[in-house]
Amino acid sequence: MPLPRPVLSSPQPRTPMHNAESLLSIPVNVNGSSPLAQVRRVVVCAGTGCMANGAMKVFERFKSEMAGAGLHVILELRPEAADDEVRLSKSGCQGFCQMGPLVSVIPDGILYTKVRSEDVPDIVGQTLMAGQVVERLLYKDPATRKSCRGLEDNPFYSRQNRLVLHECGFLDPEDIREFMLHGGYRAARKAFVEMAPEEICKTILDSGLRGRGGGGFPTGRKWEAARIQNSTKKYVICNGDEGDPGAFMNRSVMEGNPHSVIEGLMIAARAIGANETLVYVRAEYPLAVERMRRAVTDAEREGILGKNVFGTGLSMKCEVMEGAGAFVCGEETAMIASIEGQRGMPRPKPPFPAQSGLWGKPTIINNVETLAHVSRILNIGPEAFRAIGTKESPGTKTFALTGHVANTGLVEVPFGTTLRKIVFNIGGGVTDDAGKIWKTGFKAVQIGGPSGGCLTEEHLDLPLAYESLRAVGAMVGSGGLVAMNQGTCMVSIARFFMQFTQRESCGKCVLCREGTKQLLVLLDDVIEGRADQNTLDLLEKLGHAVQAGSLCGLGKTAPNPVLSTMRYFRKEYEEHVFEKRCRTGRCKALLSPEINQEKCKGCGMCIKACPTGAISGEKKQPHHINAELCIKCGACAAACKLHAVEGI
Amino acid sequence: MASTPMVVDRAEKFQKVCGILDRYARRPSGLIPILQAIQHEYQYLPEEVLTYVATSLDVPPARVYGVATFYAHFALAPKGKHVIRICDGTACHVKQSLPVLDALRQKLGTSETSKTTPDMLFTVETVACLGACGLAPVIVVDEQIYGQITPARALALIDEIQVQERALHAASAAGAEQPSAEDAHA
Repeated sequence: MPLPRPVLSSPQPRTPMHNAESLLSIPVNVNGSSPLAQVRRVVVCAGTGCMANGAMKVFERFKSEMAGAGLHVILELRPEAADDEVRLSKSGCQGFCQMGPLVSVIPDGILYTKVRSEDVPDIVGQTLMAGQVVERLLYKDPATRKSCRGLEDNPFYSRQNRLVLHECGFLDPEDIREFMLHGGYRAARKAFVEMAPEEICKTILDSGLRGRGGGGFPTGRKWEAARIQNSTKKYVICNGDEGDPGAFMNRSVMEGNPHSVIEGLMIAARAIGANETLVYVRAEYPLAVERMRRAVTDAEREGILGKNVFGTGLSMKCEVMEGAGAFVCGEETAMIASIEGQRGMPRPKPPFPAQSGLWGKPTIINNVETLAHVSRILNIGPEAFRAIGTKESPGTKTFALTGHVANTGLVEVPFGTTLRKIVFNIGGGVTDDAGKIWKTGFKAVQIGGPSGGCLTEEHLDLPLAYESLRAVGAMVGSGGLVAMNQGTCMVSIARFFMQFTQRESCGKCVLCREGTKQLLVLLDDVIEGRADQNTLDLLEKLGHAVQAGSLCGLGKTAPNPVLSTMRYFRKEYEEHVFEKRCRTGRCKALLSPEINQEKCKGCGMCIKACPTGAISGEKKQPHHINAELCIKCGACAAACKLHAVEGI
Repeated sequence: MASTPMVVDRAEKFQKVCGILDRYARRPSGLIPILQAIQHEYQYLPEEVLTYVATSLDVPPARVYGVATFYAHFALAPKGKHVIRICDGTACHVKQSLPVLDALRQKLGTSETSKTTPDMLFTVETVACLGACGLAPVIVVDEQIYGQITPARALALIDEIQVQERALHAASAAGAEQPSAEDAHA
């Protein structure tokens, strides 16, 4: 349990409520920036990715180097800053994990990448003391080879529209006062003090905000459905069970700006008349759990949560619960079962959770990203929110861009942005396995994770939004975007997702439990060379059957990756089935390594490398592979300097 | 590993289980956090503890067992001293996480069904996604994340741990009956 922080800049003790109120009354503009943004500061990214790369060492080194250089180092934010102060703080995930650890110097507008603790003396000496830029630590755009000084000229950031992620980049996630000084909890206060519940629901409905967790259901309608329920007890749950492999936007928000999630929860609770809220966080995100718990404790200490919220007499509770590792718990009714201490199995709807949810009471469940949008909508108004994005899908969406692209990371763009812009402009283009730009390497993008589908070259100019994606057999999902190059076998990718959903199927519906298993067996037949036309027909037939015969979203969407790859990469399936050939060489069973008799000089290197003794041949005579003994491991091909081993 | 320290621990750990049950007021609704806290103590969920939990919460053992087997996070068998988790999320998968897994399994002699080495030093398991996709492929060795991993780097990490273990082993053998260095670390 963290100790209460001492109140800086104020000698006399103050009551928590008074303190919070005084912070909330400092004027800020709509973008949340206050004069405090101008204080000179060094921000070290402390997201999961940067921490893994040694961000904490960098932070500690800054502490000692800055003090050593005679700088007046401030670790806590205070409303009145002296001119010679430099603040050192951590931030949440800045979404550019591949280039971490990241260090920003504000207001100089400098972003340093891949900073090691050895680089810290240079940054302190040259940048903080002399106002110069340390060139070698700047990010180089792989497309133009130009150095980028900061966010403005960095194509990864400058082409985004970061609203939800904006504050993750520089706010100290462990400092509630900083959040308040940047305009935080003002929307919550407005919702409690100035707005009636129906007014809040109407504002959210008017804004057109839709669930960012996958379904895209209008948030305002969900809230209204719960608001009109006649019950003294209601609940709001924040869905932070980001199970989609390859998506990490919720992790970043919970790690980087946990108070924005709590504020969203409070507004939702006020809108439906609930006084208990709960954040359900995935167990694989220990840092997010820790930061959310800390944020709740801090909010309670400041009187934001607890009894008599903002002097209204209303109470508000928030709990953080750690999940236990089940993808299906991302489904609303399964999550409710899990919170009640049961196995996470979905149940039929209706009744909808808004009517009968947790402990049989009206409950709404919103995704982390959805809730993080709420306070902004109340601050800027629904019209201003609608001005961004498309008519049916207003606002921005964060995508987790990963896989074979030059810049992997979190990308927040307005709905309606094209895939081309995301992959080529922001992502910097497709790469090969070694990470080098591969100009013609684009093959496909898998969107929406195991529930989603593939987008190919023909979709590069499709504006991404809920409806447009559904029309081409994909979905926004939680926003995972995995770029794949020409060296990726689409059948294997479909199998990868099928294996995931098969493992995660809760087992309630027969078609999901048994169907996914059989789909996986059929895909194995394709990959291992046992398939025929019948296999392909069965795959499609069974895929549609599983979609029709499953209760929840997991089963309904589980066949999507198979059906969508079959739709767009039919040729590749046919090669596997009829020609017993995988064009990428990834499907081992279909490989038939042979030694090119022209190229082989009979040096014997491959004989030595072969673990099963499958290669034979006289010295200085071309060698041969015994197909029966060969396990297709590729050791011979790696050992041969003349590239004489082919077909592997 | 030596069994004596475990016996000594037993009574103390049982006390902790009682404490955990009390913290959640012995209510069945707290079953998942209760099991999480118990697993934190034992590193896994021993069968007799599950039975005890069922009795304490006044629910059928099947309910507790059902929950314990449903969620991937719960382990019903003890894990090795060093837990290696290979991320097999989409991003890691397309960036070749499987060769890393294969290399580790081959080196340590583990497999899909038997994840822990007989000497109880290593457990090799996969995890769906750690959310560190920007660093793909990723492995976690004893809670420390390593990004952009290759089979060679993964094997080097194992070598390092094995060297340390051998040193510890030699030190504890030299120290005869004194409590082993491992307990000091725990």
